[in-house]
Amino acid sequence: MNYQWNWGLLLRAPYAGWLLTGLGWTVALSIAGWLIALPLGTTIGIARTSSSRWVLRLSGFYVSVFRNIPLLLQMFVWFFVVPELLPAKLGLWFKRDLPAPEFWTAVLALGFYTSGRLAELFRAGLQAVPRGQRMAADATGMNRAQALRYVVMPQALRIILPPLTSEFMSIVKNSSLALTIGVLELTAQSRQIENFTFHGFEAFGAATAFYVLVALVLNLVMVCLQRTLALPVAV
Amino acid sequence: MPDYSFIVRNASFLFDGLLLSLTLTLIGVIGGLAVGTALALVRLFTGVIGNYAVDAYVFVFRAIPLILVIFWFYFMVPLILGRPVGAWTSAIVAFTLFEGAYYSEILRAGLKSVRAGQLNAALAGGMSRAQALRYVIFPQAFAAMIPIFLTQAIILFQDTSLVFVVSLHDFLTATTIIANRDGRLIEAYAFACLVYYLICLAATAGVEKLKRTFAR
Repeated sequence: MNYQWNWGLLLRAPYAGWLLTGLGWTVALSIAGWLIALPLGTTIGIARTSSSRWVLRLSGFYVSVFRNIPLLLQMFVWFFVVPELLPAKLGLWFKRDLPAPEFWTAVLALGFYTSGRLAELFRAGLQAVPRGQRMAADATGMNRAQALRYVVMPQALRIILPPLTSEFMSIVKNSSLALTIGVLELTAQSRQIENFTFHGFEAFGAATAFYVLVALVLNLVMVCLQRTLALPVAV
Repeated sequence: MPDYSFIVRNASFLFDGLLLSLTLTLIGVIGGLAVGTALALVRLFTGVIGNYAVDAYVFVFRAIPLILVIFWFYFMVPLILGRPVGAWTSAIVAFTLFEGAYYSEILRAGLKSVRAGQLNAALAGGMSRAQALRYVIFPQAFAAMIPIFLTQAIILFQDTSLVFVVSLHDFLTATTIIANRDGRLIEAYAFACLVYYLICLAATAGVEKLKRTFAR
């Protein structure tokens, strides 16, 4: 293998700047997507534990749609198909006047895709709380919303904290798919550096290091959170 | 007006794409299992260093996006072999090593799910270690692992669409090509959604059924 190492090039203009803006887009995509996914996923997850047959069916269909279609295809649908199906004026605004349309499309795709996965997670978490907890809340005179808010959900959240963290890691990784519709996030920037310089090891190595760092930090945050939130009595 | 006739006209091109997606899934499962088993063996039979090395391998592969892995090997495989190879070879290497990290975790979780008492009981019953593994531990671990293996295979099938970034003609890429050529983006992507949805739904239903069979 014949390869000229040159790690210094990562620190030179313009490549250092490319990597940093790429990292910025990756973080922005992940957080914005998460802000859609979390409330939506929680709502659908609660709906998945409903006693109404219709609510169950509808929420089940929602989850199966977003989980059984590859994210890349969902991204193409949001980018190429959805603007065409919107009312003419709105579609035009989406395509022409919205700043950074690729970014917002990718955020929508990531948010809805992740909401389907979070819904399943919340359903599992809510169902893992022992039935007696709901009954006890009921017996003390709480209505169902109160029981959910004050008794069941706080325990469910503690149960699902570790998989919830790995879902956030997934959205960070999945944000790389935004490069297919033209968002120059971290992975795209490292590819671009490789294309310009033929220094793939350095370019991809830098991106890999960033992702690994994110994973390490998230793991640390989760452990700290788990410790802070731990109840004196085991759930 | 929606017009779906171009799908019929391009049926064989689309079918070849689907075949590529399924082949890559199969290779990923088999290769991933092989790598995963190798990693599990390294964990079992080498000391602390081997353990750390496998941990690092699994951690890194699970921390980075599959697209980045595909880019890595698209760049690295020709460099290591010293001659140009197609995107297909690079993709196979990328998927095999990537899935290996996930499968090794599934294997480990499956083996861990068998309680320690089972091994102790088998040894107390006069079995050798190999016999205990063969007749007591593996059958139970296997039953716990099979549904997760298959679920992972369904995820992998969806992930094969990412070979789009190295221009391999999988099902999604094939759909995109004819969609652009015939100017039929809406119909083409609607059709692709339906195909992926039905395949994954049927596979998931199959796994659920299997799960119930094993649970008995």
